[in-house]
Parts: sequence; structure tokens; C-alpha cells
Amino acid sequence: MNMKTLHGFALAGVAVVLLACAPLLISDYWTGVLLGMTGYVTLATAWALFSGPTRYISLATVAFFGVGAYTVAVLNEVMPYPLVLLCAAGIGMIMALMVGLSTLRLAGVYFVIFTFGLAELVRQTVSWWEVNVTYTMGRYIFLPFEGRHIYWQLLALAVVTFLISWAIGRSRFGLALKALGDDETVAAHAGVDVTRIKLLLFVISSTIITLVGAIQAPRWTYIEPSIVFNPTVSFMTLIMALLGGAMRLWGPLVGAVPLFLLFEWLSVSFPDHFSIILGLLFILIVFVMPNGVLAKIDDLRKGGRT
Amino acid sequence: MKNLFSEGGRMTRRLTTCAIAALSITAATHGVAAQERDKVTVGYAISKSGPNAGGADMTVTPNYELWVKEVNAAGGLKMPDGSQLPIEVIAYDDRSSAEEVVRAVERLASQDKVDIILPPWGTGFNLAVAPLMAKFGYPHLAGAAVTDKASDFVKRWDTSFWFMGGSEDYVSAFTEILVAEREAGRINDKIAMISVADGFGIDLVKAARPSFEAAGFDVAYDKSFPPETSDFATILNEAGNAEADTFVAFTYPPHTFALTKQAKIASYSPPVFYLGVGAAFPVYPKIADGSVEGIMSLGGVDPNNELNNAYRAKHEELVGRGADYWGSVLIYASLQMLEQTIERVGLDKAEIAKELSSGTFSTVLGSETQLEDNQLRAINWVGQWQDGKFVAVSSEGSDGTIQVKLPKPDWE
Repeated sequence: MNMKTLHGFALAGVAVVLLACAPLLISDYWTGVLLGMTGYVTLATAWALFSGPTRYISLATVAFFGVGAYTVAVLNEVMPYPLVLLCAAGIGMIMALMVGLSTLRLAGVYFVIFTFGLAELVRQTVSWWEVNVTYTMGRYIFLPFEGRHIYWQLLALAVVTFLISWAIGRSRFGLALKALGDDETVAAHAGVDVTRIKLLLFVISSTIITLVGAIQAPRWTYIEPSIVFNPTVSFMTLIMALLGGAMRLWGPLVGAVPLFLLFEWLSVSFPDHFSIILGLLFILIVFVMPNGVLAKIDDLRKGGRT
Repeated sequence: MKNLFSEGGRMTRRLTTCAIAALSITAATHGVAAQERDKVTVGYAISKSGPNAGGADMTVTPNYELWVKEVNAAGGLKMPDGSQLPIEVIAYDDRSSAEEVVRAVERLASQDKVDIILPPWGTGFNLAVAPLMAKFGYPHLAGAAVTDKASDFVKRWDTSFWFMGGSEDYVSAFTEILVAEREAGRINDKIAMISVADGFGIDLVKAARPSFEAAGFDVAYDKSFPPETSDFATILNEAGNAEADTFVAFTYPPHTFALTKQAKIASYSPPVFYLGVGAAFPVYPKIADGSVEGIMSLGGVDPNNELNNAYRAKHEELVGRGADYWGSVLIYASLQMLEQTIERVGLDKAEIAKELSSGTFSTVLGSETQLEDNQLRAINWVGQWQDGKFVAVSSEGSDGTIQVKLPKPDWE
């Protein structure tokens, strides 16, 4: 480990300690803001873990997020909380394996459409199950957590996510990924097991996303499909990761923090015009990056030749 | 291309700075405002956009605005010492998101430090904010929230108050009417029942099945449909084949409206025609093209209650449209109770909660409105369109209700 990495770690460590102490000093509202922000930073980083190197744009974020939340809603009264989280992670992992095995050979726009459909499929399946099998729509989560408890859990998960992302970037596995990202066919010819790597990344990323949903669920007390399978979560995650840059370790963070604060500021200051301003902002972002996200991907693909 | 990247980076940095600066400015101004006592700050987060906006805008928001307008026009909220303080409102949009509504209430409580927080719209969102309201000590007057668990919630959060009853209440009052009609020989013992596969429909149908069966009815047709459904021809056809004299539909407004129109086209007019949310909207007769006589639903008002009539007239005058015949009046009554409580005990949150649960109030519902176990029970459970008004009905017609008129006449 060289000096630069050490410094980086020290700095990051101090930042995490400061962030962890923050709820003791600030009001509940700001803890709530930090909580929401940490949630999205984790989601965007986990999303970029898979979608960054593979360039598979996934809109399935909320499918896993919602499954995590629902798992907690169903199990929170029958087993201790840490076990519930483990179950959620397990379910997310199995679901990701099934989805990954069946779809990761799809490419480009087909994958986007499939993942968008997946979120809806999961939501409808859960609804159908609740309507026809259990006869309950809303479920209650009565766990003794306040905002700061949820925040600390999310912060820990965010740290783990960053460590995973960092470790992958430095390993042999990361090298294979770089090859895969540059040219999938070449990578395959060079002996990289492309499908296995994609699957592994998808499973890691989806499991983290499932855990974010599971950890945040106790904050809402009451869960129903329309609450936890809100497609906005997928879109926000995508926009944040893309704005910051899905290929870099800190990219999603750089995208998520300002966008989240901006949304928060808009809803405080312009509660009646939020959607309009948001739309205008997106147009503005597109104008600032006139060729849009595709150009960015192209640029990366060419390795900055231009 | 490189330039674009650094440009993007600079843009992001600038945005961050702007956002942080703006956030701290807003935070600072709100902090100062809450310190002085020349006004009462009332805050709420409500769904102004997203899927919940329709319901919130029909039942809740107009009543909040109406009440604030009225109180301020009369010089402000009366305090125990006789002085009056105007109301200042801080309203946020929760964008129909549970996380937003939770954070908005945290913001109202710990950032804006408002004196009173009014609840959001919907059962789910009221439950989402309930633990926070209790934690910060704010009395929680859950208005637009139908739940059978209110008695449990009152134990869990003793400063919570529930104003809209539970599914079992609505269903059992309706069952009583059906039993009386069957005994009078006007209907047979078969029921055709449909429900939307979403919160409201599932909750009601879950209460309805055992209630109907216990009363000796045969639910000959029982079907749930997805919320996106807009074509009910098949469902109505099948319901018609069940030869039931009673048709029950636990639906949301789009289904309620579509069902009415399509039943009319199909000339399906069973003696008892009961629909869900939307049938008590003032706009409903227009949608049904006039022929609403005899249609039943949840809610209803007492047409002989002068207070209520005055309230409806005022709502129309100040809001610009009529109040719905179910939730609106309950929300407004909860605000009147809050106003009178503040006049008696001031702005101490714990005192307000205590007075709300034990006091007697004069509201649009009557001159002696009281809560039982922190719940409003003086609710009209079943309503029916009679002579262009959606009135509260019961089998006998007593206690502010009119006698139900069945069978429903044919469509005009």
C-alpha cells in the first residue's frame, strides 16, 4: 500500500467517524437528510458496481430495494432483527442469481426493458400474493428504531460498499473487469469468463441494494407495494450514478450528494413547483452535457482518444 | 470531450455549493421565525403531486385552507387569556412518497419548530408519521385514515386521535341495513361483491366477507380486480349472472365512475347498488349523468343538520367547489376541535392532547362532539343518494340518519 492510498484511507476514516458522530450534534431533521443521502449514495455506488464496468443500465433497483423492505415487513415479528437482515440479503442474493442467470446474456436496450419490467413484475407478484393468499395489504413494522439508528446502519453499509468497490478495482478481478468494459469480445477471447464475472457483480450489487431497502423499511412503520416499489427510486439512483460517473469509485457519491441536497432544497423552498423545476433541471443537465450520457460512455469506450 | 467532463465537474461543484448555501439560509430564517410569539405556526406535509394528490386535494387540503382562512379572517386563534394570534402556515409536498412525508414531519418538528402539525392524507402515511408525532409530542389528529386497529394505535401512541373509523364499522352498518331489507322481503340473500386489489379494497373486503356470511348472506360472486382495470363489462355481466339483489363494489374513484357508466349501459340495476370511494364526491351526479338516486356508498351527511349545511355552503364559497360527503366534514370537525382546545388550554402540546381526549366540543357534527378512547365514533357509516343529496342512512332512520330507500330505482 503506497502513501497516497494510506492518506486516502486516513481521510476517509476521519470522514466516516465525523459522519457517525453527526447525529449526536445535529437536529433530527438533519439526521433525516443525512439518512436519505447515505441511502442514495449506497444505492448509487452499488448500482455503479455492476452497471459501471458492464454498461448494463439496470432499472431493477427498486425491485431489490422493495423486496428488502418487504422481507423486513413480513419477518420483523417472527425473528430477531439481525436474522431478518440476513434473510433479506439471502433473498436478494437468490433473486439476483435467478435474474442474472436468465438475463445477463441480453444486451443493450433489451436489458434495460427487462429490468424495468422486473420491478413491475415483482410488485405485481407481491400484490397478487397478498390479495389472494394472505388477504393483507398493508403490513406493519414496529421496530424501536429512530432516524439515527437507521442512519448508522446505512453508514456502515455504505462503508462496506465502498470497500468492496475499492477492493474489486484493485484485484485481478478488477483487471478482468477493465478488459470486459473495454471490449467484451476481446476480453472473452483473452480468457476472461465474461458471464461469470457479470453474474458475480450483479449479485453483489443487488444484495447491497436489497439491504438498503431492508434497513430503511422500519422508518415507514407501514408498508404496502405502492410505497416500497416506487419507480422513482430506480430513476434517482440511475441519474445520480450517471451524473457523477459510474466508472469511478467516488463517482456515484459525487452525483448523489449534490442531487439529493438539491431535491431537498427544492422541496423546502418550492413545494408547489417541485416537479416543474426538476424537469427544467434535467433539461439543463442535458444541455450542459449536450451529447448526453451516451457520449460519455462513448468517450470512455474510446479511452479518451478525442 | 475532456472539456465537457471538467465542465460537468465544475457544474456539480457549483450546484453543491448553491444547494448547501440555500439550505442553510432557509434553515436560518425558519429558525428565527419560530422564536417569536406573535403568531401560531401550523405545518403540514400533504401529497400535492403523485398518485395520492387526488385524494388529498378532495378531502384534506381544502379543509386545511378553509379553516386557516376562516380563523385568520376572524382575527386568529383564540388563546386562553383572550388574546388572538394569527396562523402562519408552512406546507410541504410529500410527493406521495413515504420517505418524504417522514422527513417533512421531522423538518416541521425539529427545524421549523412549528406549534401544530396537521396530518398527511391516507392510512399509510398517517401511520408513517405516527411514531414521529408521538416522539416529538405533537397531538396527531389522524383524519383521512381508515383503520380497524385504531384502538391498538391509541395504546401505542397515546397522543394520536383517529377520526375516520375502521372497515368493520362501515361494513357492519351496511350489513344491518341489508338484514332489515331481507327481512322485509325486498332483497334475496345473495350478494355480488367486487373489490380493487389495493389498500382500500382489500381492507374492506376482508371485513365484508365474514360480516355478510355471519348475517346469513351468500356471497355468490366475489372478485378482486387490479387497480389499472377500466373495462368492467365482463365483471358486470358475471355479477348479473349471480342473480344477486345486492351489488357491492369496494372501489377507488376511477373504478367507481367507470362502473356507474358501464352499469347504466348494460342496464344492470340491482335493488342495492353500493360503490366505494368517489360516489360521495359532489361531482358524482354529473359523472353519472343525473341518475344517482338510490346509489349507496360510505359516508353521508345529515341534511337536517344546519351546522353541516352552513359548513358546506362556506366550503363552496371559499374553496370554490363543494366538499365531499364523507371525509371532508370529519377533517373539518377535527380542526374545530383543535381550535377549541387551544382556546381552552393554549399551545402546550401535552395539554392539547389531554383536552382533546376528554373534552366536549361544538363542531359541524353536533354541539356535543366527544372522542371515545381517542377515536371519533359519531361517524355516518352508510350514505345514499336521495333527491340529489348524499344523505346518511340507516334501516330505521334515527340519530341524524334518514331511512334508507330501497330498492334503487332503475337508471334514468
